[in-house]
Amino acid sequence: MTAALETTSTQTSTGAPISINAVSKKYGDNTVLESVDLDIRAGEFLTLLGASGSGKSTLLNIIAGFTRPTAGTVKVDGRDITSLPPHKRGFGMVFQHYALFPHMSVADNVAFPLKRQKVAKAEIQQRVAETLELVELGHLGGRRPSELSGGQQQRVALARAIVFRPRVLLMDEPLGALDKLLREQLQLEIRRLHQEMGITFVFVTHDQDEALTMSDRIALLRNGRIVQLGTPEQLYAEPNCRYSAEFVGASNIFTGTVQGRSFIDDVSGQSYRLGEAADQSGRSLLVRPEHLNIAPADVPVPDTVEQVEAIVEDCIYLGSSRTVQLRTDAGQRLVARTNVPRTPDGVVSGARVHAYWDVRDACVLD
Amino acid sequence: MTSAATDSSTGRLRGRPRPLRLSRWLRFDGWGALVLPLLVFLVLVFGLPLVVMLSRSLTDPSFGLQNYRDIFANAVYPRVLGNTFLIAAIVTVVTLALAYPYAYLMTLVGPVWRMIMLGLVLVPFWTSILVRSFALVLFLRDTGAFNSTLQTLDVIDQPIPLIRTLTGVVFGMVQVALPFAVLPIFATMQGIDRRLLQAAESLGARPAGAFWRIFVPLSAPGVAAAVLLTFVQALGYYITPALLGGPKNTMIGELIVQQVSTVLRFGFAAALATLLLLTTFLLLVVAGRFVDLQKHLMRQT
Ligand SMILES: Nc1ncnc2c1ncn2[C@@H]1O[C@H](COP(=O)(O)OP(=O)(O)OP(=O)(O)O)[C@@H](O)[C@H]1O
Ligand SMILES: [Mg+2]
Repeated sequence: MTAALETTSTQTSTGAPISINAVSKKYGDNTVLESVDLDIRAGEFLTLLGASGSGKSTLLNIIAGFTRPTAGTVKVDGRDITSLPPHKRGFGMVFQHYALFPHMSVADNVAFPLKRQKVAKAEIQQRVAETLELVELGHLGGRRPSELSGGQQQRVALARAIVFRPRVLLMDEPLGALDKLLREQLQLEIRRLHQEMGITFVFVTHDQDEALTMSDRIALLRNGRIVQLGTPEQLYAEPNCRYSAEFVGASNIFTGTVQGRSFIDDVSGQSYRLGEAADQSGRSLLVRPEHLNIAPADVPVPDTVEQVEAIVEDCIYLGSSRTVQLRTDAGQRLVARTNVPRTPDGVVSGARVHAYWDVRDACVLD
Repeated sequence: MTSAATDSSTGRLRGRPRPLRLSRWLRFDGWGALVLPLLVFLVLVFGLPLVVMLSRSLTDPSFGLQNYRDIFANAVYPRVLGNTFLIAAIVTVVTLALAYPYAYLMTLVGPVWRMIMLGLVLVPFWTSILVRSFALVLFLRDTGAFNSTLQTLDVIDQPIPLIRTLTGVVFGMVQVALPFAVLPIFATMQGIDRRLLQAAESLGARPAGAFWRIFVPLSAPGVAAAVLLTFVQALGYYITPALLGGPKNTMIGELIVQQVSTVLRFGFAAALATLLLLTTFLLLVVAGRFVDLQKHLMRQT
């Protein structure tokens, strides 16, 4: 297996950069993509993240060549490929529904792209074997796709998409049909493949955890626009709008207005101080659950924090951490996450507590 | 994925065949009894006559294989038999050539056009073969609408002889066979996942190549069913070749009718019919080795 890895990785080409310029797509009056600009770097793992209907698949299909944009261009290596048909683009693609050819064996499926390239027979055999080994299916080459489990089928699809050493691999929710455990396992395998192959991966998902786990960078789509582009850390720690904050990770958001160096909560009328670095405009105040601390009501909290009074609704034990669900006196629901040994005594369902955060951990968003 | 699902439902993986036990077959519950009337009916109107026919071919006028020897003693009869197979083959090829693209088009158009196209195939199907064949005779004969139109348009000087020729027979038979080919092919094509073609293109196949390597093989079961239905049916055609064909295109069905109703050689007619039956069975067995007949003949209904 290691030998197979080495030969494959030394022979792969490097990834190609993809540049998407002002790409729009309309179906009649329905605008699905609106002037999308996106520069995908050579060899990076870029994830298109967004809710259902946000245009992820449409954008991916435009990159693949299955869909023509209404306006805009797609360039690879600086070459305009907007009107190049898919079979000339040389991108690998993995579909959510696997799309294996049911009338061919696993090995023939994987050999398909090599045969189209008229690769010599002996080499086809060798590369098919190598690639199946790479996805740990070396022993199943003779089977029909229908005789494999969903996870195995998707690995075959993966092998088939990389066997011809494309410089770009496109994946449209490839793990969407698999159960959680298998999904997590394949996430790691796909990441490993990406590191070994060094080619550009464009990955579509609506699952934020998957996006955070796998990506070098994430492009968050909403209604056909990219609302934020950045590393997983940036998306989580520095969301640029309320939508990003809510979509990526759990969040506590107060709605209100900024006045001077304070944020006035619309619901409770309470005023919270803002940190030095906080953005001075915006109508939302974000506190991530791990920044929300809890202390029993009779324990005083330090001066440097802001706090709300709340009642514990539920306390969920998750092994290494504990999620505490709270309701403020103004009726807003909050979530706090604490490490298990650090959860203070007296934090049980129905208890009155202070929920507080360091002013530097809260940020103001649109 | 539809096809994958059906594949797995045959459960070939799980191998181990169930032991055939007589008790399994004889075990009737209340509902099983409902099949009895049909069984009795089939035995009475199909099974018994078949046995009678078989025995007659061996006993009438005298016991032995004389009737069968007679078939091969005169060069005319083997020729008619050969002719029957030839015509059936031609009809099958022509029918397929028309039905395949037609069925393909049906999978591409919207639901309204699909219904219209289905109707176009089925309306003749619901009309009596006799009526249709007569209509074709009127249409195709020398003074019929086809030839007179072409003559009026000065496309031809002399009428093209269509009736009483091979062309005429094929014309008429294809028309009868078309629904039997279009329906199974269409049913199979509809079950093919179009996204497989996209996948093939993403792997470097030209659109035509993707069609040829993915779509065509996946539609093969429907084609096999169509070929079988068309060919086996065509072997037994009687009315159409009788009305549209000439003496040179006599088919075995006509010959049998002739022996029964004109010459009154019942034993000989029975031998001819048995021969037709046996060759058809043989074909089914051979074909059955290549296609899962049960699966694909069932699916169209
Ligand atoms: N062929 C089409 N004709 C008309 N509208 C379309 C077509 N394809 C997609 N759309 C519309 O474009 C929008 C975006 O679709 P797209 O498939 O890109 O969403 P998505 O982000 O991939 O969603 P999902 O997570 O559900 O797959 C949807 O509102 C959809 O209805
Ligand atoms: Mg999608």
